[in-house]
Amino acid sequence: MATTDQIIQRCQSLFEDLHFTAAREWKAAEPDRKVVGFMPIYVPRELIHAAGMLPLGIFGGGDQIEVIQGDAYYQSYICRIPRSTIELFLTKRLDFVDGMLFPSICDVIRNLTGMLQLIRPDMYAHYYDMPQNYDDRVGGEFYVNELQELRHDFENLSGNEITDAALRVSIVLFNRNRELIKELYILRAAEPWKVPATEAYLLSRAGMLLPVEDHNVLVESYIKAARSADRPRRDNCKIVLSGMFCEQPPLNLIKSLELAGCYVVDDDFMLINRWMQEPVSETGDPIEALARAFLHHSTKTSATYEPIEADKGQYLVEAVRKSGAEGVIFAAPSFCDPALLERPMLQDALNAAGIPYIAFKYAENSGQMQPIREQAGTFADSIKLWGENA
Amino acid sequence: MTTVATKKIDLREAQKDQSMEKQKEMIAGNFTRLARAPQTGEKVSYTFVPGNINELVMCFDMVGNFPEINALQMGMRKKSGNFIFDAERAGHSEDVCTYVKTDLGMVYNGNIGPTGERLPEPDILLLSYTGCFTFLKWFELLRHQYKCPTVMLHVPYQGGGKITENMRKYVVKQLKEEVIPTLERISGVKFDIDRLREYLRESARAEDDLVWVLQTARHKPSPIDAYFGGVYYVGPIFSAFRGTRDATEYYRLLRAEIQARIDAGLGPVTPEGNMGEEKYRLVVEGPPNYTNLREFWKMFYDDGAVVVASSYTKVGGVYDFGFRHDPEHPLESLADYCLGCYTNMNLPQRVDMLVNYINDYEADGLLINSIKSCNSFSAGQLLMMREVEKRTGKPAAFVETDLVDPRYFSAANVKNRLESYFQMVDQKRRAA
Repeated sequence: MATTDQIIQRCQSLFEDLHFTAAREWKAAEPDRKVVGFMPIYVPRELIHAAGMLPLGIFGGGDQIEVIQGDAYYQSYICRIPRSTIELFLTKRLDFVDGMLFPSICDVIRNLTGMLQLIRPDMYAHYYDMPQNYDDRVGGEFYVNELQELRHDFENLSGNEITDAALRVSIVLFNRNRELIKELYILRAAEPWKVPATEAYLLSRAGMLLPVEDHNVLVESYIKAARSADRPRRDNCKIVLSGMFCEQPPLNLIKSLELAGCYVVDDDFMLINRWMQEPVSETGDPIEALARAFLHHSTKTSATYEPIEADKGQYLVEAVRKSGAEGVIFAAPSFCDPALLERPMLQDALNAAGIPYIAFKYAENSGQMQPIREQAGTFADSIKLWGENA
Repeated sequence: MTTVATKKIDLREAQKDQSMEKQKEMIAGNFTRLARAPQTGEKVSYTFVPGNINELVMCFDMVGNFPEINALQMGMRKKSGNFIFDAERAGHSEDVCTYVKTDLGMVYNGNIGPTGERLPEPDILLLSYTGCFTFLKWFELLRHQYKCPTVMLHVPYQGGGKITENMRKYVVKQLKEEVIPTLERISGVKFDIDRLREYLRESARAEDDLVWVLQTARHKPSPIDAYFGGVYYVGPIFSAFRGTRDATEYYRLLRAEIQARIDAGLGPVTPEGNMGEEKYRLVVEGPPNYTNLREFWKMFYDDGAVVVASSYTKVGGVYDFGFRHDPEHPLESLADYCLGCYTNMNLPQRVDMLVNYINDYEADGLLINSIKSCNSFSAGQLLMMREVEKRTGKPAAFVETDLVDPRYFSAANVKNRLESYFQMVDQKRRAA
């Protein structure tokens, strides 16, 4: 049985490889294979998979890439993920990608669709518009038609028909993936010393780069190994991280939080693998099933509309309660409209629930961790000294 | 290359004043109506400029308030800086839209509107989510403040560069199933589609005249400035007046005044009177800066630069490629209007439009005023600039300011860039 170290080592190699060797090898293994990239926060990977293509998560360049050309495409007041993504394309690191999906998360990612349409006219670049109306007869009908259009586009791109049967098989595989990630998060919330935040992150991130079949095996193995691993329990407080759903924090930032005395027991790093709060139906019309799951079982996040004022921010309060957290750390990328516009409303919800929080900003290439470590350390100390469990 | 126009205006300036006076009266009247709403019992709707469905709102006898317009008015009155500061002190990030923070700062300070009268709380927040993600959160923030009903109209983005039947049906369905029933409930007024048709008919008349006015910039010299002057020209049609007889009358007056300027061979009217010789004809992309609008404009007309077409004057509706509100297809026409607003178009469409303007209006080049607050406009503009240069062979330049945050207007920097740009245009001409 592989150890957690061995598994995480593999995940770390995948994470650090900005030439996406694993995806390139997957594509090269058989003629006519295609790769479709996607950006945060959610796309129906099942449709890409059912067309025989590889869904590949493009989550920026992190702190490992020097952005040179990408900066010439963006003003200083725009976040970093689009500029490092452009850099990845311009430096040919993504030259093997046949298509890209840009979900409706914010105006910057939305406009990136058009930029790629101009920069890579040979590549399929699609803006993936998710309904903000969750009524089956209104937003549902629109969404089903959008999914059908996507299905048609993927059939053209891949040269493969997407049958209902194939789509159901993909749904089963991704349901299993979501179930495993959920299990991982439950384990971490219960025994966070067994699942360090960096490991959970790297394991989850590997799922953006590997075929779902391989990732399922990897997560199963990790959970098994983590459960039986003997790791020391520290006197850390438990926190929920909020605001990191698009531009990803540098790995060092996550490490720094743990070193500062915080166990991360829930987060919004890669919502795509936890987007559906319930399994997608594995029977009936699979497109309808994907649409219904989206409309009625989507997770809540800053990038979507909350129709009911009383429910505003309650998902975060609930996340704190379910995970047994003692506080929230709001960590948003600089210039992130969804996270930063939403934050005051979330803070009000936490105030009303008596949940302590702190807030700071970062960029995917932030290098100085000392101020963050000090801020998080002080927060952890204050919880331990004066929190409910003190 | 251009006809010199240096005559001082007299009678014609008075004619110009007629449309300006008309607009002033209309705006003041709307603010007064808003201020008196608690006494008159009129229901108040807050909504946004892009994708506003004013004709429909009027069907329910509601009076419209536009937070973006309040914010820009506060910018012009030099009040936005303090409001932004108050909003930031209340916990809103320095990174986010300053329209939002000006509006919230105004609310925190008693919601006194631009005319000095207190604005009423909304009876309904009509969230037309068109071309700007921030709208979504802005109205969640206002709802958080006012705890009032909100109805959402989600307008899909033209990611593929066209309006599809699925998009149109989705918008129409939301109008039928969500927006109209909610407005009926809030107002107590039954929806009458014939009333809507009549308003749409009125809208189309005004739209015809607006397009005529904007297209007069093809003349040399251009009788209008389609950016600095344009922001005033689009005022009525982008806000609470589209579909009213007042708006039709305003555009009729404006058209007559511009016709008179063409007949007299005059260039645009500036805050300092007639513009002098037209030396540079520019297309401008992006919103203006409102805190220093006159100072910004002066940098142009002092150097003989006139804006002959701008994308900002299309943010509340693109009419110059043929779209008109259509009383025969009222809801579909409202859907097409919303879907077609400038910031709801994808980047290749926006590049096409700017290239078209440069060619059609025989412009010397493109100037982008990139706004710190507005990612919907700004993200991708540097690439757009290169594409337009590549396709037209005309020089482009880039300046950075903000809508209403005075901290982001550096007059010296903007002026330096503009002067360098004008020199670049001169060099290009000499080389041609």
